[in-house]
Amino acid sequence: MSWAVVVFPGTNCEIDCRHVIADVLDLPVDYVWHKERSLSGYDAVVLPGGFSYGDYLRTGAIARFSPIMGAVEEFAASGRPVLGICNGFQILLEAGLLPGAMRRNEGLKFQCHDVFLRVENAGTAFTNRCAPGQVLRVPIKHGEGNYYADQATLEELEGEGRVVFRYAEPDGTVSAAANPNGSLGNIAGIVNREGNVLGMMPHPEIAAERLLGMEDGRLIFGSVVESWVKGGVAVGR
Amino acid sequence: MWQARIYVTLKKGVLDPQGRAIENALKVMSYGEVRDVRVGKFMVLTIDAPDRETAAARVEEMCRRLLANPVIEQYQFDLAPQGEAAAAGSRAGTGVWNFPEGDA
Repeated sequence: MSWAVVVFPGTNCEIDCRHVIADVLDLPVDYVWHKERSLSGYDAVVLPGGFSYGDYLRTGAIARFSPIMGAVEEFAASGRPVLGICNGFQILLEAGLLPGAMRRNEGLKFQCHDVFLRVENAGTAFTNRCAPGQVLRVPIKHGEGNYYADQATLEELEGEGRVVFRYAEPDGTVSAAANPNGSLGNIAGIVNREGNVLGMMPHPEIAAERLLGMEDGRLIFGSVVESWVKGGVAVGR
Repeated sequence: MWQARIYVTLKKGVLDPQGRAIENALKVMSYGEVRDVRVGKFMVLTIDAPDRETAAARVEEMCRRLLANPVIEQYQFDLAPQGEAAAAGSRAGTGVWNFPEGDA
């Protein structure tokens, strides 16, 4: 199973993503520069975190028009998994591959600490190795992770089980105090209707090894592998 | 040549954390009369277009595709021939900025 990690000018989490895929999961992985136009030959794509184009204008707004994004849209439309982490999530929102938008964090502070995520849907290609309601410990590091969508979109996301992760207390209780950025509904991660595009603000790639003190993030990468092995997300292959 | 002055603000009803922080600061500074603060972006584009209609159509498209995010933001712009815009700018420098009203 071959992975692509897309690199935009200003991306800074690509090495961590590559490390998890290559060294922890022992799978082939390439960096793909944003000026490329093809993702053929890959089975999964990661849009990693960072500050693409310096976050100028809006987070993800300029990256969304990079040449590679045409290939990302085709890749997503083919049913194969696309994982957008932090700035990658913001790019997916700007590209319209996921609904909603990001605002500045409610408290205006850049938030950099561990959070607890309740797995709201353990049936996706990104969470099948998690138990329903399982609480994951994963760090965040962002200034604009305050998820917003209009009421109709929120109801659609909730109704279709597309809210995959919610900020919660360590015991899984969803509370305002556990919400680091003001996101509506404590939303930390969502999937598209087809279930093959996930955007999440926390960083599973820096929480995937016991050596680093946290390894819950490995469940997310591992779930993608498991889906691929079972052919669950490989539509049209 | 045309000069477009573009204003992008969060839509009404979308919480503006920066505006809220500034509002609170103004209140602490005893400007209690402040009822609401919205923070936005102001962009000035110089555009080569044969006439006002063409320039306006292009700016409209730029706003819709890139400069504003229609999920959370609204936009307004005004257009002036480049020389007149410079004159308007100097007038604005004297103290009164004519910010457009209403939703885009």
